[in-house]
Amino acid sequence: MTALWIAIGIWLAAWALNVWLSASPISQTRLGKLLVPLVFGATVLVLWEGLVRGLGIAPVILPAPSAIAAKIAVSLPILWQDFAQTILKGAIPGFLIGAGAAFLVAIAIDRSPFLQRGLLPIGNFVAALPIVGLAPILVMWFGFDWQSKAAVVVVMVFFPMLVNIVAGLQASERMQRDLMATWGASYVQTLIKLRLPAAMPFVFNGLKIASTLALIGAIVAEFFGSPVYGMGFRISTEVGRLGLDMVWAEIAVAALAGSALYGLVALIERWVTFWHPSQRH
Amino acid sequence: MKDKASQPVIEARGLNLVFQTADGPVQALKDVNLTINQGDFVSFIGPSGCGKTTFLRAIAALEHPTSGTLTVNGMPPDEARRRRAYGYVFQAAGLYPWRTIAGNIRLPLEIMGFSRAEQDERTARVLDLVELTGFGKKFPWQLSGGMQQRASIARALAFDADILLMDEPFGALDEIVRDRLNEEVLKLWARTGKTIGFVTHSIPEAVYLSTKIVVMSPRPGRITDVIDSPLPKERPLDIRDSREFIEIAHRVREGLRAGHHDD
Repeated sequence: MTALWIAIGIWLAAWALNVWLSASPISQTRLGKLLVPLVFGATVLVLWEGLVRGLGIAPVILPAPSAIAAKIAVSLPILWQDFAQTILKGAIPGFLIGAGAAFLVAIAIDRSPFLQRGLLPIGNFVAALPIVGLAPILVMWFGFDWQSKAAVVVVMVFFPMLVNIVAGLQASERMQRDLMATWGASYVQTLIKLRLPAAMPFVFNGLKIASTLALIGAIVAEFFGSPVYGMGFRISTEVGRLGLDMVWAEIAVAALAGSALYGLVALIERWVTFWHPSQRH
Repeated sequence: MKDKASQPVIEARGLNLVFQTADGPVQALKDVNLTINQGDFVSFIGPSGCGKTTFLRAIAALEHPTSGTLTVNGMPPDEARRRRAYGYVFQAAGLYPWRTIAGNIRLPLEIMGFSRAEQDERTARVLDLVELTGFGKKFPWQLSGGMQQRASIARALAFDADILLMDEPFGALDEIVRDRLNEEVLKLWARTGKTIGFVTHSIPEAVYLSTKIVVMSPRPGRITDVIDSPLPKERPLDIRDSREFIEIAHRVREGLRAGHHDD
């Protein structure tokens, strides 16, 4: 029980520390802005550790963070192999292909009102298909390796990207388009110099949503057939063997990868759409 | 330039323009006849809905007349637009926020395929013309409304079209800024000899700026009076207290009132 009381004590102390930090001028500095969430995150881990030890929770229900960390430390080669298979080969290519395809279709829709009436409903229909139904079919089509996972990701990412890009292409103001017309600009010139830059805030909204969807898609698709490695494969087999510490290790890797991908997109967004009111500081 | 003076640049004959709206057709322009000569400063004045903006947009080929003829430099407006016959200044500056002020002014030049060196040279020149030298690297949102509108005028001037069309360019600005910009526009006009079409709903602004004032009235949009201003080309701000100025302003006001009695 002492572990529990120590954890609660540390939690209260960290709480007080954060209250003090955010009230003090330190919180305005770069270091301070980083410190508050770090203290919070560390506190959650300590509390978790204390609860698991103090209340004697079975590792199958919830392993302690230290146990997960130990498992990660000894399984680095396996985790890396799974990461490369699922994220680098499945999620990221699927993400890029899906976003690229959505972009091309959005331009086609923009050029032709006929396609707008035809393609958007089809995109909508595909997006409504349940992934657990679609994934096994795509595994049949594209094989057990990463290609089928990338295909699932393409399907998941495509529609949110398409909707956002189509909306973004309408985002320029009428006056700005009139200006282009008075200069005798061509369709391509107007697209490149006006409508694509104006669409960027929408595009990045889509990319941020798509980056998390890509991860889910790549992992879940492996439940329906994969080689004997990959994050989804590992999670489903380790659950069967009650190796919950390994499941948690994979979850930790997935969470880190997801945050990193999202963070990367957000960083590029800040660089590209610096002019948008939401990004001006 | 001088030998072309008092050549007709814009000619409208029996111009009609009908918008199809959800509530049925709306006659925006009815039987408009007008000739604008080289070097004229023409103001269009009238209450909202009188078609002054529509007429300016028709000149710019942004709207298309239902019947009648309209020529710009002797050709149809669409053709004139493709030949970049005019610069257009809208009610709001409409600068692209992802481009710097210089980048915005450069934009039409990029589209029209000017060389890099010429883009730089022209950008610097028009920035100087509207007294924004040194602000080229700023982004539009870092500038005041008046400065943004000056930048948009610079942008319209950058490619040196003979005609400058301005649609209530100073409507959203306060009186003091507006006075200064009016003076600047007059100086610009004197220096460049351009033909200017200027939409406004301010009587003093119209009288102060124009050589020709076109009074319009609504429902349907039509011209009720065309006044050739006897004021000299050189116009200090205090000309607005002179007798001629007040007489012209009076005639404009009468014209606007007469238009209203018609409905």
